[in-house]
Amino acid sequence: MNQLIIALLVIIIAPVLGGLLSGVDRVLTARMQGRVGPPVLQPFYDVFKLLGKEPIAFNQRQIMWALGYLALMIASLLIFCLGGDLLIIVFTMAFAAVSFILGGFSVKSPYSHIGSQRELLQMLAYEPVLILLAIGVYMQTGSFMVGNLFKQSTPLLVSMPLILIALIIILTIKMRKSPFDLSTSHHGHQELIKGITTEYSGPYLALIEVTHWYELILVLGLVAMFWLQPIWVGILLALVAFFIELVIDNICARLTWDWMLKVTWSSGIILCLINLGIIYVQGKGGM
Amino acid sequence: MGIINKSRIKSPWLLHYDGSSCNGCDIEILACLTPVYDVERFGIINTGNPKHADILLITGGVNNRAARVVKNLYEQMPEPKVVVAVGACACTGGIFHDCYNMLGGINKVIPVDVYVPGCAARPEAIIDGVVEALKVLEIKTAKEVAV
Repeated sequence: MNQLIIALLVIIIAPVLGGLLSGVDRVLTARMQGRVGPPVLQPFYDVFKLLGKEPIAFNQRQIMWALGYLALMIASLLIFCLGGDLLIIVFTMAFAAVSFILGGFSVKSPYSHIGSQRELLQMLAYEPVLILLAIGVYMQTGSFMVGNLFKQSTPLLVSMPLILIALIIILTIKMRKSPFDLSTSHHGHQELIKGITTEYSGPYLALIEVTHWYELILVLGLVAMFWLQPIWVGILLALVAFFIELVIDNICARLTWDWMLKVTWSSGIILCLINLGIIYVQGKGGM
Repeated sequence: MGIINKSRIKSPWLLHYDGSSCNGCDIEILACLTPVYDVERFGIINTGNPKHADILLITGGVNNRAARVVKNLYEQMPEPKVVVAVGACACTGGIFHDCYNMLGGINKVIPVDVYVPGCAARPEAIIDGVVEALKVLEIKTAKEVAV
């Protein structure tokens, strides 16, 4: 019963928080560019407007994949907030991203296809780091369960600082920020980069926008996971990571996909592996 | 006024198309997006995708070749939508009105809601035109509710 209430709260509160955060994102980005920027509630205006527009879809599959993307993203956020298995969260997130990609592939537009292929490359870039993060949590606590982390006396950050840096690198991809906003972006609305969302319009685009809010909360939750006792330090950590992403977004140009793979695979995976090695050696010494 | 109608006015996404303009008005439209004028204050985004857009900004008159494209763009935009003709050429055909290949202003092909005069139209005038277009959008949605 208690879990049901938490689940309901998460489903209602997460998009509100995510929307507010993306509004703050737009205002801060505008200030960094020397502009005034839109009101903080702008993302909500956008979504409500899109919900009120005429629904146009190419085929049923396109709608189904957009709904699947939303449902699977909510599912992975729920598993996270209910203290579930970290591996399952990573896989559900991957399945959500796959629905999004199939939605892009279900129409004939070449722009949509290019966006989908780039999204596939992005998955290739960030999945290894997420899996290594889960392995790190297992090696440290002996369990994949997020709920177990609350019982740890020392925060994860102490033992896994390098993995946090790797996570911040892939956060750029997950938040769709420069330099790795290849498949679809918050900026460059008139470019090829709108890619995967090109063929979505009206209410279906609103669905995707809301899913991004859930996704934002989930990835920031993964950062907050590094310091759960007390939890406000973790939330602060997530907000700092959010701000770092905005700064990176505004000082970087967009890079090509091979740069994305080089950076995430070289620095991301190597940082994770070094950290896992240190945990392993320390574990041996402790025994 | 419902939350959706209120949001429509707060979040107009633009589609900018160059009919057969000399590029003067186009540069002024792009100037609106710079930090000096910063139309994102009003929630305006230059989308470049008819499927995401609410307001169609057209510069330049329509010639035989562009007519098809303008119609196509207009039809791809989901309702409710508004059309703004920017510049003298888009309003009437301007100095090109006598050319052998010109049909005239945008209203020869699709219904236009707001006319922004000027050669080239100033950024302030374009922003004013878009704000007028929002009022038209309000009236259009009110009619929709009445019907």
